[in-house]
Amino acid sequence: MIALSGVRRDYSSEVSIGPVDLEIPAGGITALIGPNGAGKSTLLTMIGRLSGMDAGSIRIAGLDVASTKSKDLARVVSILRQENHFVTRLTVRQLVGFGRFPYTQGRITRADEEIISRSIDFLDLGALEGRYLDELSGGQRQRAYVAMVLAQDTEFVLLDEPLNNLDMRHAVQMMRLLRRAAEELGRTIVIVLHDINFAAHYADRICAMKDGAVVEFGTPQEIMTDAVLSRVFDTPVTVVDGPSGPLAVYY
Amino acid sequence: MAEATLLRSAGPLPTALARRRYALVIGVLVVLAIGSGFGLLAWDNPMPFGSDAFWRIAAHRATNVTVMAVVAVAQAIATVSFQTVTGNRIITPSIMGFESLYRVVQTTSVYLLGVAGVVALQGIWSFALQVAVMVGLAVALYGWLLSGRYGNLQVMLLIGIVIGGGLGTVSTFMQRLLTPSEFDVLAARLFGNVSNADPDVLPLAIPLCIAASALLWVRARRLNTMALGADAARSLGLDHRRELMLVLCLVAVLMATSTALVGPMTFLGFLVATLAYQFADSHDHRLIFPVAVLTAFTILAGAYFVMKNVFYAQGMVSILIELVGGGVFLLVILRKGRL
Repeated sequence: MIALSGVRRDYSSEVSIGPVDLEIPAGGITALIGPNGAGKSTLLTMIGRLSGMDAGSIRIAGLDVASTKSKDLARVVSILRQENHFVTRLTVRQLVGFGRFPYTQGRITRADEEIISRSIDFLDLGALEGRYLDELSGGQRQRAYVAMVLAQDTEFVLLDEPLNNLDMRHAVQMMRLLRRAAEELGRTIVIVLHDINFAAHYADRICAMKDGAVVEFGTPQEIMTDAVLSRVFDTPVTVVDGPSGPLAVYY
Repeated sequence: MAEATLLRSAGPLPTALARRRYALVIGVLVVLAIGSGFGLLAWDNPMPFGSDAFWRIAAHRATNVTVMAVVAVAQAIATVSFQTVTGNRIITPSIMGFESLYRVVQTTSVYLLGVAGVVALQGIWSFALQVAVMVGLAVALYGWLLSGRYGNLQVMLLIGIVIGGGLGTVSTFMQRLLTPSEFDVLAARLFGNVSNADPDVLPLAIPLCIAASALLWVRARRLNTMALGADAARSLGLDHRRELMLVLCLVAVLMATSTALVGPMTFLGFLVATLAYQFADSHDHRLIFPVAVLTAFTILAGAYFVMKNVFYAQGMVSILIELVGGGVFLLVILRKGRL
């Protein structure tokens, strides 16, 4: 379980995030949605201890994010940012190998190689594992990053807009893979999504944010209503019954 | 491809081909480094090879070779580590103002004491003081700019450049006020020059260089992870800020040692690091470091050899390095098309 209490971060007297009180239960996929600038990514990076907070506390599986050693947290929670650009040239397999760093400090054993292989196969990257990242398409690269995060073998996985720059087919593929990771590997996945329909279809819980605060938290059925979505996004939204669940129409 | 899937290794050199290639690169570089080092000792040595007198002359020349080895290790390891932790392959640690500080120290002493000022800066204590001031300045800058809420690497680098530029102007101003003869003496000190090195300071320079390099070698695997960027490194459990400060301090020690020993060598580090990435073709610092050090030594010793035996201007290696090295650098980049 991820528990946030009184989490706040101030940027200036007008702009601040929080105070946020939230409990994200273990298991399944929780989607963070909301308009631009609502603080979704910031909240995610605070949970993943990539950015600090000015007040409050975050506990992941009982560990306090601010006081637990980064090294110990790395075995419990992994986080993938939106922008990933390195100067070094790595093959897919080498990148995924970095996921083992919290356990090996860089010395990869045979057991690690097996975990790396499993993670690569899980994301269907077997044929690409010897390729360099700069030789891959955006979608393949995104999958490689997710494979690295899965190789880190953490109970909690935080992903910041992993569908960014993916076309329909790859976006659906990615969400199906995350669904499988949640179900088959028992991971708790928290994901920032922009497309409300993706969130409604693939997530178990939706957390809606607006102006730095959590305004709604519930199952997709509870969130997917005209009133709630129109309020959250400040734009008229109509929810219709689609062939595979509710669809939000906003254009 | 079949080989790669068969082995399935996430190691730095995943295929047998890559391993053979790396071994070949190291082999060639070792031969070149030993060749050029030995060439310096033996070429133009009037005594027959193997005689007592031959070795006496060689031992006399060995000081310069030792200086080159120290500079090669310091510049190569410092530049590679610096580029890794800053995530930028087109800057060198001299951006932090080490060389400007060296110029100011040299210029001030000549300005105040005349030609005697150059002599005043000889000796192990003045060397230790120069290193301490340079490291102190760098560490103060890192500590100030990297801690705190808005700690930011880019801002730190920018301020380093501004301070360097300011110090450079101060020394240029003082140089305008020197007499031509004093300026002539000073100018010789301001070129990166192996003959600048005072053999008396080696007992301090060598341990400093070895200690800082060894610490960076020990942290090589962390450097590999640092190369993924701050967020990824933190997510993988590294204390990024602490690691960054530590590496920058070690880089400062190496750069200060090299600069106080032989003067500015800006281009050498940059050239060597760039070539080493191409030669080693790996992300693992345990593989890049040896290639970089051997390349640096080969270039330094080769340039010194040419300057001494062809142009009779021994020591002024930085001129040749910048000329030929620049050409080689452009060639490699244009052929490979990436840094």
